[in-house]
Amino acid sequence: MELTPEDITAIVLSLKVAFAATALSLPLGFAAAWLIVFRTFRGKVLLEVLVNLPLTLPPVVIGYLLLLLLGKNGWLGQLLASAGIHLIFTWKAAVIASAVVGFPLLVRSIRLGMESIDPLLVKASRTLGASWLDSLLSVILPLSMKGIIAGSSLMFARSLGEFGATIILAGNIPGVTQTIPLAIYDYASSPSSTAMALSLCFVSIVISVAVLFLHELLSRKIDRSNGL
Amino acid sequence: MKLHIDIEKTLGGFSLQLTTDLSGERVGIFGDSGSGKTTLIHLLSGLLRPDRGEILLDGECLFSSKRGVDLSPEQRRIAIVFQQAMLFPHLSARSNLLYGYRRCSDADRAITPESLIELFQLRPLLQRRVRHLSGGEKQRIALARAVLSNPRLLLMDEPLSALDDTLRFQIIPYLKSVSEEFRIPYLFISHSMTEMRLMAEQVIVVKGGQLVEETTPEGLARSRMALSQGGYLNLLRLADPVADRGLVAWRWGRNTLLISPDRLEERALFELSSRDIILFRKHPEAISARNLLECTVKEMFDADGRVGVVLSVNGEQLVAEIVRSAADELGVAAGSTLFAAIKASAFRQLG
Repeated sequence: MELTPEDITAIVLSLKVAFAATALSLPLGFAAAWLIVFRTFRGKVLLEVLVNLPLTLPPVVIGYLLLLLLGKNGWLGQLLASAGIHLIFTWKAAVIASAVVGFPLLVRSIRLGMESIDPLLVKASRTLGASWLDSLLSVILPLSMKGIIAGSSLMFARSLGEFGATIILAGNIPGVTQTIPLAIYDYASSPSSTAMALSLCFVSIVISVAVLFLHELLSRKIDRSNGL
Repeated sequence: MKLHIDIEKTLGGFSLQLTTDLSGERVGIFGDSGSGKTTLIHLLSGLLRPDRGEILLDGECLFSSKRGVDLSPEQRRIAIVFQQAMLFPHLSARSNLLYGYRRCSDADRAITPESLIELFQLRPLLQRRVRHLSGGEKQRIALARAVLSNPRLLLMDEPLSALDDTLRFQIIPYLKSVSEEFRIPYLFISHSMTEMRLMAEQVIVVKGGQLVEETTPEGLARSRMALSQGGYLNLLRLADPVADRGLVAWRWGRNTLLISPDRLEERALFELSSRDIILFRKHPEAISARNLLECTVKEMFDADGRVGVVLSVNGEQLVAEIVRSAADELGVAAGSTLFAAIKASAFRQLG
C-alpha cells in the first residue's frame, strides 16, 4: 500500500470536513429533534418534511440547489459575498454539502433517543423547580446522549462518503476540496491507478470501522452511566 | 391551604369542567380511571393549560384566563408524586433526592436533606444507582425528592397503585408525615377507598370531568357500601398478637379478636368487610365463628336499600351491613344491644 502526498491531503481534508460538518449540525440537529419530539406548534409537519428531504433527494440535486443558493447569483451567495465570504469551491462548501446531506440522519437518531425518554420525567423535573431550559440540559440532554452519539457517528461516516453534493458545490480540486471519495473517483477513471484507488479504499474502511467501534464503546459507557 | 379552582379544559373527546373551593391540609380526590383526576393534577401544577378559568392557591393567582396569568410549573412550586417513582435514571439516588432542593431558593428551604434522610431512613440508599432500588425504595426517594423541593402543595397521583399490598401500607406513614411533620398540604388522588380513608380528611369525588360530590372519607365509604364489592371496609388497628390454638389473638382496644395467622408484627392494620359480620339479637350459645362481640347500636344509615349498622364495641367502632328486612326482624334501633359474630378468616391483614 502506498499513499501520495495528495492522498494524505485528501484523507486529512475528509476528516476535517466530516468533523466540521458534524460539529456544525449537532446543535441544530438537537434543536430540531427537540422541537419535533417535545413541542407542539403549527407547521411541525413542514419542519419534519424539510428535515427529512435531503434523505430522499439525490445528493446531486441537493448540491445543485445549494449551488444556486450560494453561488455568485444566488441570493444568499450575494449576501455573503457582500460580507466578504466566498463559500463555493472551498473546503467550507464541502462542509455545507456534507452537513445538509447528513442532517436527516443526525436528527433521526437524536429523535429516537428523545422519544425513548418518558415525558413524565421531564414533567417531574419541571414540578421540582426546573425551568424548561434547565430541564432540557439536566434531563433531556443526558438521556438522549445515546441518540446523539449514534447520530453523530452516522453523520460523520456519511460525511466521509459524501460525493454527489460535494463535487457540485465544492468541485474536485486536488489539495483544496478533493476528499477521499473524489480522489478515488479520479483514480478510478485511469486504468493504471487501481492500486492507488485500492489504498484509499482501504483507508476509508479503516476510518469507518474505527468510527463504528468508537460508537459502540461510547454507547456502552452511556448505558452504564444511565443505569441500564 | 386554600385552593380555588374554576377551570375548563377540553382534551380530544374528554372535557373537564370543575369549580370548587378546597381548604384543609389533607384533601382526597376520588374517582375511577378516566374521571379526569390526572388531568386535574396537570392543570393545577401548570403542566397543562386550562382553556378558561382561574386557579388560586392561598390567594395567589396561578392561572387566570381573564387576567392573562399563567405561572410556569417551576414558579407554582407544586410538586407531584407520580404513580411510578419517575426517578431520573442517569442520576444517583442522592442526586435524585437533591434535584428539587438544589433548585429551591434559600428563603424557601425550610426542610433540609438531613432531617428528611433521617426520617425516611434513606441513608443506606443514597449511594445506590436508581436501578438497584426496589419499587418501595424508589417511591420513598421520589416522595422525599418532592418534599425537599419545599413545595407549597404536594399532589400525590395514585402514588401507591404501582406497589404491592404490603409495601403500600409501609409507605403510607411516610406519605402522611408530609402533612404531619413538614406541614405541607397535599391532594391525594386515588380510586382506592381504603387509601382514601387512611390519607384524606375530606374528599371530592370526580366523575367524567365533573365534581359530583364533596364529602368525608367516612361519608364516601358509607354511601358506597351497597355498591362496592367488599361493602363497607372496617379498618381495624390491632396490636400485641399472641398465638392461641392455631389462631392469633390480637388486641383491639379493650377487645380481643381471634384471627387466622398471617404476618406477626407488633401493630397491624386489618380490613373487615361489613358483609362478614353476622348480627344476633340474643347471645347464640354455640357458633363456629370464633369472634362474638357484644355491642351497642350507635346509629344506622341507609345506602341503596341496605342498612348500615354502626356498632360500638367497648369504645371501638364497627360497621355491619344488613338488608332492610333483617333490620326490621331484628328490631335494630339506636341504643339496642346486639351480638356480632365474625369468623377468624374474615379479617385481611393490610400492613
